[in-house]
Amino acid sequence: MSAEATSLSTKPSLWSGGRVPLGASYGKLMMWFFLISDAFSFSSLLVVYGFFRSAMAWVNPEEVFQGIPWIIEGGLPLVFVGIMTFILIFSSVTMVLAVEAGHRMDRKGVVNYMLLTILGGAMFLGCQALEWTHLIEEGLTLHNNPFALKGDPSKIGPIQFGQLFFGITGFHGFHVLSGVFINSLVCWKAYKGGFEKVGHYEMVEKVGLYWHFVDLVWVFVFTLFYLI
Amino acid sequence: MEITKDTHEVPERTDEPGLHTVHSSKKQIWRVFFILLAITVLEFLIALTPGIKNSMGETTVTVVFFALTILKAFYIVAYFMHLKDERINMAYTILLPLMFILYLIALLLMEFRNGVGLG
Repeated sequence: MSAEATSLSTKPSLWSGGRVPLGASYGKLMMWFFLISDAFSFSSLLVVYGFFRSAMAWVNPEEVFQGIPWIIEGGLPLVFVGIMTFILIFSSVTMVLAVEAGHRMDRKGVVNYMLLTILGGAMFLGCQALEWTHLIEEGLTLHNNPFALKGDPSKIGPIQFGQLFFGITGFHGFHVLSGVFINSLVCWKAYKGGFEKVGHYEMVEKVGLYWHFVDLVWVFVFTLFYLI
Repeated sequence: MEITKDTHEVPERTDEPGLHTVHSSKKQIWRVFFILLAITVLEFLIALTPGIKNSMGETTVTVVFFALTILKAFYIVAYFMHLKDERINMAYTILLPLMFILYLIALLLMEFRNGVGLG
């Protein structure tokens, strides 16, 4: 009798097991799915902003966001937010460079670029704190709006401006803060050689995805609050 | 995906077979950064040109800002988040829901414009 047994094919195929169908590991795919859910959260906040903005007369962003807090008062519309945007985009670049260094298993490169990314994030948070403090000192809070309506200087702007501004930039700033925290943890692990042990730097790539998402949200928030 | 002068190989992993292994190079990353910088500078120039909203119309300026923002989003998602380097079916898994979000936003804003009045 033949000793050959009939067996099912055990060759790895795309959807029948043995291979990763979407070409991405579990962790990376899950991070992407989380980012989609977070995109829903931010989108709903921005839709509410769009609703209030289109339903009532609003303030003029170029009058509200002037100068650099406590250094130059007025005369430089949107300059400070431009600096903030540049800092965050630059930190995104250093994050990608960290990921790229991880592909080459370059531990020192990863640590250096991640430190720069963390520094950029911290600088952004500092700038945001300055902006907030300055606006609150001028009287913009969740309960008060001292700025005049666009085109009608005699009337006061809507209360929703402060509420939406602090709510949305605060939610975004919270993401930046948690991103800085998580980046610090990953940078520390990289420094201690934890990823050399595992054999790959995919964790750097995953937190990189989160950091780029934070940058992406800022691009939208910046356009919708400051430019339009 | 082939290896071109803009891409490099990533060390093969044995724990999960079939992971794609080609990624963008440093040169491409810096190139995308300068593109993003240029688009942002353009946005600022448009925003700070006095009288632009009167000469071009507020709706046109808004549409232009939206288009530039979506362009920046494309570059960030494709090159910084490496979605362009991923297998195409994974890229669609992410992009199609995001398209639906954009459609939802457009519909909601249209609804709000129509029937809700506030002081």
